[in-house]
Amino acid sequence: MTQQGVPLLFEKGAPGRRGYILPDLDVPAEPIEDLVPAELLREEDPALPEMSELEVVRHYVNLSRRNHAVDVGFYPLGSCTMKYNPKVNELAAALPGFARIHPYQPESSVQGALELMWLLQQYLCEISGLPYASLQPAAGAHGELTGLMMIMAYHKARGEDKQRTEVLIPDSGHGTNPATAAMCGCRVVTVPSDERGGMDIEILRKSVSEKTAALMLTNPNTLGLFDENIKQIADIVHEAGGLLYYDGANANAILGISRAGDMGFDVVHYNLHKTFSTPHGGGGPGAGPVAVTEKLAPYLPVPVVVKKEDGQYALDYDRPHSIGSVKAFYGNFGVLVKAYTYIRALGPNGLRRVSEIAVLNANYLMHKLKPYYDLPYNRTCKHEFVLSGNRQKQHGVRTLDIAKRLLDHGIHAPTVYFPLIVDEAIMIEPTETESLETLDAFVEAMISIAHEAENDPEVVKGAPHTTVVGRLDETRAARQPDLAWRPPASD
Amino acid sequence: MYPSELRYSEEHEWLKLEDGNRARIGITEFAQKELGDVVFVELPEEGTVVNAGDSFAVVESVKAVSDIYAPVSGKVVEVNDALNDSPELINEDPYGEGWIAVIEVSDVAEIDSLLTAEQYQQLVEE
Amino acid sequence: MKYIPTTPEEEAKMLAEIGINSIEELFEDIPEEVRFRGRLNLPEAMSEAELIKHMRELASRNADLETYTCFMGGGVYDRLVPAALAKLVGRAEFVTTYTPYQAEVSQGVLQSIYEFQSLICLLTGLDVANASVYDGATACAEAALMACAHTRRNTILLAEGLHPEYRLVVETYLRPQGLTTITVPMRNGRLDMEALRDHLSKDAAGLIIQQPNFFGCLEEVDPVGQAVHEAGGLYIACVDPVSLAVLKSPGGYNADIAVGEGQPLGNAPGFGGPHVGFMATKKELIRRLPGRIVGATVDTEGRRGYVLTLQAREQHIRRERATSNICSNQALNALTAAIFLALVGRQGLKDIAVQSLQKAHYAYRRLCELPGFEPVFDAPFFQEFTLAVDQDVEKLNELLLKEKIIGGLPLSRFDSRYKNWALFCVTEARTREEIDRLVTVLGRLRRRELT
Repeated sequence: MTQQGVPLLFEKGAPGRRGYILPDLDVPAEPIEDLVPAELLREEDPALPEMSELEVVRHYVNLSRRNHAVDVGFYPLGSCTMKYNPKVNELAAALPGFARIHPYQPESSVQGALELMWLLQQYLCEISGLPYASLQPAAGAHGELTGLMMIMAYHKARGEDKQRTEVLIPDSGHGTNPATAAMCGCRVVTVPSDERGGMDIEILRKSVSEKTAALMLTNPNTLGLFDENIKQIADIVHEAGGLLYYDGANANAILGISRAGDMGFDVVHYNLHKTFSTPHGGGGPGAGPVAVTEKLAPYLPVPVVVKKEDGQYALDYDRPHSIGSVKAFYGNFGVLVKAYTYIRALGPNGLRRVSEIAVLNANYLMHKLKPYYDLPYNRTCKHEFVLSGNRQKQHGVRTLDIAKRLLDHGIHAPTVYFPLIVDEAIMIEPTETESLETLDAFVEAMISIAHEAENDPEVVKGAPHTTVVGRLDETRAARQPDLAWRPPASD
Repeated sequence: MYPSELRYSEEHEWLKLEDGNRARIGITEFAQKELGDVVFVELPEEGTVVNAGDSFAVVESVKAVSDIYAPVSGKVVEVNDALNDSPELINEDPYGEGWIAVIEVSDVAEIDSLLTAEQYQQLVEE
Repeated sequence: MKYIPTTPEEEAKMLAEIGINSIEELFEDIPEEVRFRGRLNLPEAMSEAELIKHMRELASRNADLETYTCFMGGGVYDRLVPAALAKLVGRAEFVTTYTPYQAEVSQGVLQSIYEFQSLICLLTGLDVANASVYDGATACAEAALMACAHTRRNTILLAEGLHPEYRLVVETYLRPQGLTTITVPMRNGRLDMEALRDHLSKDAAGLIIQQPNFFGCLEEVDPVGQAVHEAGGLYIACVDPVSLAVLKSPGGYNADIAVGEGQPLGNAPGFGGPHVGFMATKKELIRRLPGRIVGATVDTEGRRGYVLTLQAREQHIRRERATSNICSNQALNALTAAIFLALVGRQGLKDIAVQSLQKAHYAYRRLCELPGFEPVFDAPFFQEFTLAVDQDVEKLNELLLKEKIIGGLPLSRFDSRYKNWALFCVTEARTREEIDRLVTVLGRLRRRELT
């Protein structure tokens, strides 16, 4: 990584410098004032950068070198499934026939794109064990919103929407779950976990009622543990008249091994940018398609991609019970192309093997690390597991310090302080695409940090030592927000 | 750490009865430490009527959000606008400059049910 | 196995280390009743060579804008893109990184987002911007929720000139919370001021207007904003970022929130996504802003650095009381927009906007000379304009396809009242030759139709 700070775009270049020049205007020009009324025109140009192409190229190449990434090194960020992003996916998505088509072109001129979407819907239905799907949601949280909106529309159609306003969420759930419930006008009821890390069945029984709209759950859960009582949980919620929402963030553990539909879920979303290998781009774009049961199908967002009797593919907007649309157009299509490519590359055996090795790798790491770190739930994990930094805390070393010290080893930190139910949580997800050498190097790094915590805690507490910046003052950032560069004149 | 002239709630607010039924309210030394660096305080509007136990303000640190509950019922008659620009006052001087609001208490007897400094100290030491 | 490095020997070694005999044992805690014992009914794996061939075949059944000349807009625009853009955005250190949770090893992404926020503030003339939301439509929906929360009112007014799909998305987002939308009709292609005044009540949390609007027309943004503010609502402008090189900024007409779609800033049309929604607002509303925000700060040695900040607004901390549930956004598309703006620069963006304006007006004049093509409105416009055509627009477009032309957008797909209206779009990417050819072909097709 480059050590020198990179000045802002706005601190580079010179007035009048150009990085790109259009062809000359080839139609007769008219005075702009004749075309646009003066009161609608801008008086002063926005103070955009004025740089040469080379300056821009160096700026961004240097910025890129200040990032850790899957293509740079190990990235065991729990619940984020930072697996390798195959390059053939990128090649496919960049084909002009996918990247350069307009969403409103006549359907006859986009049959290849529609077929791809239709097939991907079928594949996700097969993988989830649910019969209908929509590819429109742009991210996991967006899929949650779509799914819960459909659940509320279902209750409304039964005249129960005013009554069913409670959404049950385990205390280990992702923050997006309660936030989504609130966006659907629902109240959150938190269900605690039992001592094995699963949902506390007795409390669940007491928590459901005629007010229950839904239960939102991920399985394996955020502890990386498969909830063995899932069928019972589903029955309890269904008997109370509620529906079950499956947060597919952890689907990488069970592809072809267990299916959300078979567990009793009514809606599932998949994070294509996790399970199906599409890159995360520094925060997005992702895609969060949903699959649903027959009874929720009428509420799917419009349009739905359908195959007509004549074999042609079409967009169906004529769905009177639909919740509407959660996004313009049909979804993050470019991301869908990559996920489709991945599924076709792996096939049914490959997908199953993904989960087998993802789970093997996680258990291997857990087994190797448990002598050195507290393991609050000591049982077979799935694709990830959660350690606690409590042992190291006794030496004044916090989980945050351990995370920062890993950066000095060229390894991205695991997810930390989540799930909330584990003190000083360290959530590790290796994925299936890492070699045994990489896993062993990670184990070595974690063990050496555990030793340091005991014998030389200051070196851990002062970490990272080798990154382009040290720990940043987050308090200052929040108290005196500096959120944008401003031209000097406007100060 | 816990001035004896103040009364305390189990939710870590302190209350100081001033002239008549005006009570000044803030959060305790223990609470500010637990929260860490306070970066923002969402103050109630003056004139808001609150019941004991209602959340009437929110304190944010970098990575946590905490509700502040009214220890007694009444009407908010004054808020500490200085916290808008200097939320750190809560960390630096929780019992002084870092006060949050003044409530006109509707029933002064409610104050008797709050903890004494000694009781509160016991609570946080547990 | 593809993308999985583990050899059988290594697998055996790892199993032995764990103390088990088979991988199957790792799944024994999954109850039999929820085990999937079949084999997924999916097509068999393909080699990379087969796969590339297959993907090319699927792609070849789409009429792409490299081979076809596009006169369609309606929220997605075919623009010229500097060659350097794809090279930079495609760098693996940007593409394969996650949300910048560990700031020390994410300074590249964080600084690029800070710069994106800055660029959006410069274009919109507002104080603060977020790191992006999914698209222009959801940006409108999030702005509507902000306005309702801020004013504690429950109705959002939507100008009829706001993209019909955006209006649908706003309605979809608001309905579950018991919030409502009212579409305020247009008159001659612009918001009807009288109708607006009729709907501005104490329930109206704000108005979303689009500039230039969906039909291409330029709205009278100043008086509309005044009326909204007098009624105590928030004024939300949905804007095309390219147009802001020449058109007055939302800050310039006192909008409280500016939102929009960043696709025109170098993002591929891509059949509608992934694109990028942007949101900017005044300082006073910053804590209502959804999504991630990056701020500048210093490290332990006083060096400048960037972090995710004001996170207490967000779902992972505030949970059910967060400003939104958004987590993943469109960071790579926001990066694309920022690099695009850096490459084209101050003069370049202006040239793009001016050329689009000039070429659209040239095309408008030429098309209006054709018999059977009449302007629907006489309001000023930017790069799109609506024409009434004396024949079925969808059928016409099928004929144009044979000429390798993607015609104007048939507006009847959104509302039967827009029957036979075609929305034409002409950006800087169209040449005079292409425009002249469109006119010639349409003239010829119509003559053929009549005979």
